[in-house]
Amino acid sequence: MRVARLASEIDFAGWRAAARALRAEGVAPEAVVWTVERELFDLETPLAPSGASANFTVPAAFVELAEQVVQNRASDRFALLYRILWRLEREPRLIDNPADPDMTRARDMAKAVSRAAHKMKAFLRFRLVEGAATETYAAWFEPAHRVTEATAPFFVRRFTNMDWTILTPDACVAWDRQRLTVSEGADPADAPSEDAQEELWRTYYASIFNPARLNPRQMRQEMPKRYWRNLPEAALIPELIETAQERAAAMVAAGPSKPPERKLKAALRHARDASYDGSLPGSLDDIATGVEVCRRCDLWRDATQGVPGEGAARAPLMFVGEQPGDQEDLAGRPFVGPAGQVFEKALAEAGVARDRTYVTNAVKHFKHALRGKRRIHKTPDRGEVTACRWWLDAERRLVKPRVIVMLGATAALGVIGKPTPIGANRGKALALPDKTQGLVTYHPSFLLRLPDAEAKARAYAEFVEDLRLAGELAQLI
Amino acid sequence: MAVLDLRRKLAILSDAAKYDASCASSGAEKRSSVDGKGVGSTEGMGICHAYAPDGRCISLLKILLTNFCIYDCAYCINRVSSNTPRARFTVKEVVDLTLNFYKRNYIEGLFLSSGVIRTGDYTMEEMVRVAKSLRLDHDFRGYIHLKLIPEASPELAAEAGLYADRVSINIELPRDDSLADLAPEKSPTDIKRAMGRMRQAIDDHAEPARKAGRRSFARSQSTQLIVGADDARDGDILARSANLYGAYRLGRVYYSAFSPIPDASHRLPLARPPLLREHRLYQADWLMRFYGFERPEIVAEGEDLDLTVDPKTSWALRNRASFPVHVQTADKETLLRVPGLGAKAVERILAARKVTRLTLDDLKRVGAVLKRARAFVVTADWTPGALADRDSLKAALVPPQQLSLF
Repeated sequence: MRVARLASEIDFAGWRAAARALRAEGVAPEAVVWTVERELFDLETPLAPSGASANFTVPAAFVELAEQVVQNRASDRFALLYRILWRLEREPRLIDNPADPDMTRARDMAKAVSRAAHKMKAFLRFRLVEGAATETYAAWFEPAHRVTEATAPFFVRRFTNMDWTILTPDACVAWDRQRLTVSEGADPADAPSEDAQEELWRTYYASIFNPARLNPRQMRQEMPKRYWRNLPEAALIPELIETAQERAAAMVAAGPSKPPERKLKAALRHARDASYDGSLPGSLDDIATGVEVCRRCDLWRDATQGVPGEGAARAPLMFVGEQPGDQEDLAGRPFVGPAGQVFEKALAEAGVARDRTYVTNAVKHFKHALRGKRRIHKTPDRGEVTACRWWLDAERRLVKPRVIVMLGATAALGVIGKPTPIGANRGKALALPDKTQGLVTYHPSFLLRLPDAEAKARAYAEFVEDLRLAGELAQLI
Repeated sequence: MAVLDLRRKLAILSDAAKYDASCASSGAEKRSSVDGKGVGSTEGMGICHAYAPDGRCISLLKILLTNFCIYDCAYCINRVSSNTPRARFTVKEVVDLTLNFYKRNYIEGLFLSSGVIRTGDYTMEEMVRVAKSLRLDHDFRGYIHLKLIPEASPELAAEAGLYADRVSINIELPRDDSLADLAPEKSPTDIKRAMGRMRQAIDDHAEPARKAGRRSFARSQSTQLIVGADDARDGDILARSANLYGAYRLGRVYYSAFSPIPDASHRLPLARPPLLREHRLYQADWLMRFYGFERPEIVAEGEDLDLTVDPKTSWALRNRASFPVHVQTADKETLLRVPGLGAKAVERILAARKVTRLTLDDLKRVGAVLKRARAFVVTADWTPGALADRDSLKAALVPPQQLSLF
């Protein structure tokens, strides 16, 4: 039997050196006793210093795991780690098998350590040290595992500009805004016994609790009782639990209250009437307000907002697109997304100033389907286009453009009222019943979707050509 | 009016804030006070500094700036027509409370909300002043969550984003018509528009912030839906959530079982909060966000979730033809749909099966819940046989009703 003696309970470096030597020597895990006890008479054979004979590598993940496991209070932690190290020689892929019993145990130990560290970050409570020259805090804490030294850097990062000391039974750490010092474990009496802020904290704790949702089991699961004696708020728990049901029942028994009459009247006055009355809109502002509350089809429900047209109120040239897309829906403005950028660019190349035109859509709400977390464009159906012609017709009536450009098939359906193929009709003026001239052309998003670069360039050129023709017909160029 | 002391104000204004379910402090970028003058750090993972006897996490100082409110939302304890006691903090009081609590390690930061006083803009301005003072005057680097007032100007919302890690706007009710009915002064369109603007602002800042390696704007936004105040079904609620996640990239949708409040409105159910229903909604929400389920697979609009069994098991029972699944060979998407296998267990199965042929015991060790999983999986030493087809399978998976003493 070999005895491996370590310098402290969390002596990872010592364990590592001893384990390397033992494995190099071929000492089986069953033949090693791990201890941190000091004995007066050291009888066991000294371990060989790790030299050339100890040349082997282990996966980095194992070293990381071992560093955590060492902080666990379980007495078999050093032996378990050595057994895994020993097995790694024959089973190099052991570390990749989360279902192995030794690996499961090590992972559970590491998990308990990381939970203890997390709870230390959570449940440690500082108290102001009265009478100190600078603002100084101290805390007494009892961690579930030996995590104090490993967790101290967290408090340094968080409270860099504060003087503080953390006292625990295992070890103490102190920070003076410059350096971290570690010392032997301490006694609760060494920490301040109260802090004036705790009264406020207890008030907060009691008030934020909702007695109608009492669930002490869940609370204990997350905040185990072992931590309670050092938590200033925990003293309130028994009473809060005891009176909870009574308080919840009292709320129900009290019944609803009658609000003061004066306030009810005021509320009625404030209430907005979101219904749309259906009378013909008399201005573009009427249209914007009307579109916002429109319920003529169901698209409003999943959209952010109705997107009315925008531009010159008496523009000679009107562009009609299909419907707002994702970006337009968020911004509340037409043609601001990727397709809008193509449109803008082509319009500039055609020599038409956008601010002298009016830009709108055949359908005013964004129709889409959800694919995972994304909103995917869906073409509006004939019923939706027809329902929305109410607004498009009103825009045409009020703006009175000379020329209307229909961008894509949906726009053509909205303006003309029947399906009009783009390919066969683009490039020429169509006479519309209200004496305006109509032009059909591609929707800019069609240009974005063309996969073939050559076809894309050709279609784009035709698109610019169509916009130029529209500009000329509207006498804007 | 009598002057309230700080403790009384804190009692009133935290009591008034407790119906907001969110207390998350996660998802902020990594930062510390090492190169600063003040206190505070965030490291991605949130920390719950205490748990109340309702089992809920206390991570942030969650308070209202004031519970005076000009609105009359029937579900809210702070509605103008309620007889609840009123209070108002000064900006400095909130700043000092936050710093004092933070330095004693009680909290991760501040969650500030408010009743609407005078106007939306006035209220929002006051809230932004708190955050600004914490960040600029005190170099506070802890977590800040600000509630946005939907009616406030876009400029103020954008300024809030400069100082907050997360912002939220509560849409409260799953259906626009019930919102119009129960919260007459709130406009669903205003709320959605504000969320839309915020998503654009967050998107716009994401890339520059990533390049610069430091926060310049809030990382995410969230919202809350009240469950059980109106007659919306679970399918409607989840459809609303799916839509909100898709449209505004929300970090979270919180579900809050409508809970009786002191001085309740006569228009709402005065009953115990539907906590189990709330729990099932969270499970379904998780399925949509992390398990590749689409909302229509989970529950149809106009229908409710099955309260007796979790939504994944419920889906599996309705789709028995997809089972059993061979854990040794099935792809990740399929494994994620097996009842009793969580996302972590699936990751471990994928790793372990490269090394070993998985047995039922192995599944248990990687964290699977065998009780639910065994009827749906095949392992090296186990096949469910006829178990998966039995009519009584559901009964076997539903925990028996616990008897309580009368």
